Amino acid sequence: MKKCFMMALLFASMICAYGAPPVLPATMPRFRFESFTTANGLPDNHVFSVLVDGERIWAGTENGLALYENRVWKTFNTNDGLAHRAVLSLALDKRTGDVWAGTMGGLSRISAGRIESFTQLNSGLSNDVVYGVSVEGENVWVATAAGGCRFNTRTNQWTLYNERNTPMNEIWTYGVSASEAKVYYAVWGSGLLEYDQKTSRWDKYDDPDGENEIVLFKDQGLIHEIVTSVSYVDGIVWAATYFGDSRYDGRSWHNFLTKDSGLPSNFTNFIKGVDAHRAWFCTDKGLAYYDGVSWAVYRNSLVDGKPEMTVRDANGNVNPVAVNSAPAHNYVLGIDFQGGDIWVATAKGLSHGIHQP
Amino acid sequence: MSRAAQVRIAIAASVLCTALMIAASLRSPVVRAAANTSAAPTGSVKDYASPLEILFSRDGRQIYVLCQQSDSIRVLDAHTFAAIKSIAVGHLPRGFSLSHTGNRLYVTNTWDDTLSVIDTRTLTVVATWPVGAEPSSVLEDNAGKRVFVANRISNDIAVLNAQTGAEESRLLAGRGSSYMTPSPDGSRIYATHIYPNLQARRTGVESRIPPESEITVIDAVRGVVEQRMPLHRAAGVFHVAFSSDGRLGVAAQLHPKNLVPLAHVEHGWAFEDTLTLFGADIGASVEVPLDELERYAARPFGVAISPDKSRIYVSCGGSQIVTVVDVVKLLHFIHSHAGPYVQDLSASANYVVARIAVGRNPYGIALTHDGSRLFVANRLDDTVSVIDTRTNHVVSTIKLDGPAKVSPLRHGEQTFYNASYAFQGQFGCANCHLDSTFDGIEWDLEPDGFGRDIVDNRLLEDIRDTEPYKWNGGNPDIPTECGPRTEKYFWRSQNYDSLTLADLTLYIRSIPQRPNQWRLAHKQFTPAQERGRTIFNRVADKFGAPIPEQNRCSYCHIGAKGTNQKSFDVGTRKATDNGALLDTPQLVNIALTAPYLHDGSAGTLEEIWTVFNAKDKHGRTNDLSKDELNDLIEYLRTR
Repeated sequence: MKKCFMMALLFASMICAYGAPPVLPATMPRFRFESFTTANGLPDNHVFSVLVDGERIWAGTENGLALYENRVWKTFNTNDGLAHRAVLSLALDKRTGDVWAGTMGGLSRISAGRIESFTQLNSGLSNDVVYGVSVEGENVWVATAAGGCRFNTRTNQWTLYNERNTPMNEIWTYGVSASEAKVYYAVWGSGLLEYDQKTSRWDKYDDPDGENEIVLFKDQGLIHEIVTSVSYVDGIVWAATYFGDSRYDGRSWHNFLTKDSGLPSNFTNFIKGVDAHRAWFCTDKGLAYYDGVSWAVYRNSLVDGKPEMTVRDANGNVNPVAVNSAPAHNYVLGIDFQGGDIWVATAKGLSHGIHQP
Repeated sequence: MSRAAQVRIAIAASVLCTALMIAASLRSPVVRAAANTSAAPTGSVKDYASPLEILFSRDGRQIYVLCQQSDSIRVLDAHTFAAIKSIAVGHLPRGFSLSHTGNRLYVTNTWDDTLSVIDTRTLTVVATWPVGAEPSSVLEDNAGKRVFVANRISNDIAVLNAQTGAEESRLLAGRGSSYMTPSPDGSRIYATHIYPNLQARRTGVESRIPPESEITVIDAVRGVVEQRMPLHRAAGVFHVAFSSDGRLGVAAQLHPKNLVPLAHVEHGWAFEDTLTLFGADIGASVEVPLDELERYAARPFGVAISPDKSRIYVSCGGSQIVTVVDVVKLLHFIHSHAGPYVQDLSASANYVVARIAVGRNPYGIALTHDGSRLFVANRLDDTVSVIDTRTNHVVSTIKLDGPAKVSPLRHGEQTFYNASYAFQGQFGCANCHLDSTFDGIEWDLEPDGFGRDIVDNRLLEDIRDTEPYKWNGGNPDIPTECGPRTEKYFWRSQNYDSLTLADLTLYIRSIPQRPNQWRLAHKQFTPAQERGRTIFNRVADKFGAPIPEQNRCSYCHIGAKGTNQKSFDVGTRKATDNGALLDTPQLVNIALTAPYLHDGSAGTLEEIWTVFNAKDKHGRTNDLSKDELNDLIEYLRTR
């Protein structure tokens, strides 16, 4: 008995001396990444956006909209009626199965192979450069280089939102996330705009530090005015900027910077919330996942280019996880979920992250 | 002649007439099916029953007849043809179908945008559901969970909850979404549409493209569009039907030849009346003609396939016949001859085995469950023809209750839908003005020269007192437009007699405006419409500069119908146009009538100003922001 006690004491003193052994948080998902490029069917390696539609995968590339179905890629382009070859954003109307594609030359609706395109010349669309699109009920919300638009698919009415009727200082809208209750616009240089569907009123969230690249008080408000992407899920706003990211629950803000979180870079192209606590961050230095406590980063090592996965726990301890694959490129532009799997749009290919048990 | 001789002749004539009448009644007995309805005054086409569609109850004991202009469903005894009941439904019903159990009869009411739900056990309307824009046909799925409604104006198919009628979603369908049929196993719904889909516009006669339509295939279980079957060069697709084994699908359609001048009437008709065949029996879908030289099947509409798949029956509204196709011969022809067949006027002789004369403007058709009788709804003489399918003869004609006399207005309507005036009976007014509206097609008409003055077809609604007519304003009134001009350049055959032309004119002048889907009640406007109305009526531009009178929207498009009936050069002349002066078109229901401008070069209202008004000749608009242009268009949609 005395011998056992002495051994336990020795073990405890070792822990005190050397710190806790690395323990991978159970919720951190691991993936085996398989990538698609022009070498195996993609029309272009520059993939701006990705959308999961059941077993079908849509990829918005710089040279057409690609559809992966039954292990074969098919590409839709301007000859098929697509508004422009560069497809920047994608959204699925889950009720009808229609896919909406924001392009550099207008908005396209893909409905069972038929493509209708809306441009600033042939429709009420405010501008042909469509950075973001989101479907809510019968409305399609669009983020363009000249403000936001709402297209009612039942009445065919376009409603434009810009500096004339919203608190939008700049009209360069980069992303939109719409729900039955609220609609959020990510506005380049003009913060985050909120539209209340019930009251038809707009509200605006700005960086309390203005356009300065400083943060005087942590979690005081939106992290930066240059908002690149927004995701509204479970009543929580996840906002991405080129200078860090923010989470807003309607009362309090929580900001994420590389210096105080597991974010691999403050330069975030795209953000997608899983629920109120979990989100994915697409940065210029890899893909990051936050589970509300810990962070995981998936990328090619910035040192030697080898695939790596790192996990940062609640205490700020960062530990590597052995992996054999990573997303096609560290410049990540989009993500979508397929059950436990993820699909990742990058500057040099589309990657399928196959969940590993 | 002595008085006695005169009396003998009169008696003989009387006996002869009586004998002939008896013989005629024996050959094709007319059965009167007078429903218990109040007597309607004559003089309006709305007084007439106008049977449009027909179907049998699940047990085959009752016949349901959709009577469009009397806003009713007539229920007849299937054996005696006696009227059982007339059920009042909504305004201008167009389509109906039974629920999977047969306990409900769904009826689409086009002009009040509702769906009537009739309990077939009590023959009463038990619910009226608000639905989409001009609902035209309806189907319930096999599970009884969803009801699909084809909306003609909004070009979609609404998916409703079958218990509550609440709309779950709207599926993008073809333009003028109108008719649907389920596959025999109920897993899919096949939908057609009457106007060709809008395509990217290409200006210039050399760049014109043929109309394109589709059969929209819906996964009835998931409630989403699964596939779109292209119908190349088709415009005006009506009913579609399946063989009971599900291996053969048939759609009735028009195949307009609008890319070549109408001078070709004598050399091969302006429209081809065709069927599209698809399914496992066919392989890749094919289009086959029903026409034969001097025996045209103008405006095929209703389709039915016999239970044993030996025959296809097609009602031809303009030719007033039912065309009978032998399926074995048809399949043999297709499999033994290389296509395409659609230009071949000798092809149909290989498979069309009968053309049965029926009443005026036959539309919906239905076979008895055993396939021994075909019932045909003759819309414009208020009868139902009963055809013995073994002999291909009309064995009975059921007269529905309604005015006994044909009013001048009704006569005009009959003329409008009759193809017999054209050379060899090829087509009629209703070919281009489907259901008295338009066809969404641009035509190359001969009098202006081949390849010259391509013109977009204009809507007929509420055109009275908007003369002159034609895009160049060349016809001073409707009698000129519809009389000498139509006879010379379209019919190329017989002229209307003066009374017929007068009645036709009367009918055309009576065609009302369909309810405007964008207009609020009590002449109210949405804020966007109100802002647009202000722009429409403005006299100065945004910079305060006065807008010359002739360059104001409200100057040319004045009044309730939106035309000052004068011609102007609005800067839209193309290289193929002979002149620049164009008649100011009325704005009635302009939201429905894309494409726009005289030659259809503007695919949308927006393009009129964003593409074709560079010099502000078509109104001062280049000072407007995008928001303001959108507002102007929102207002125009209310016209």
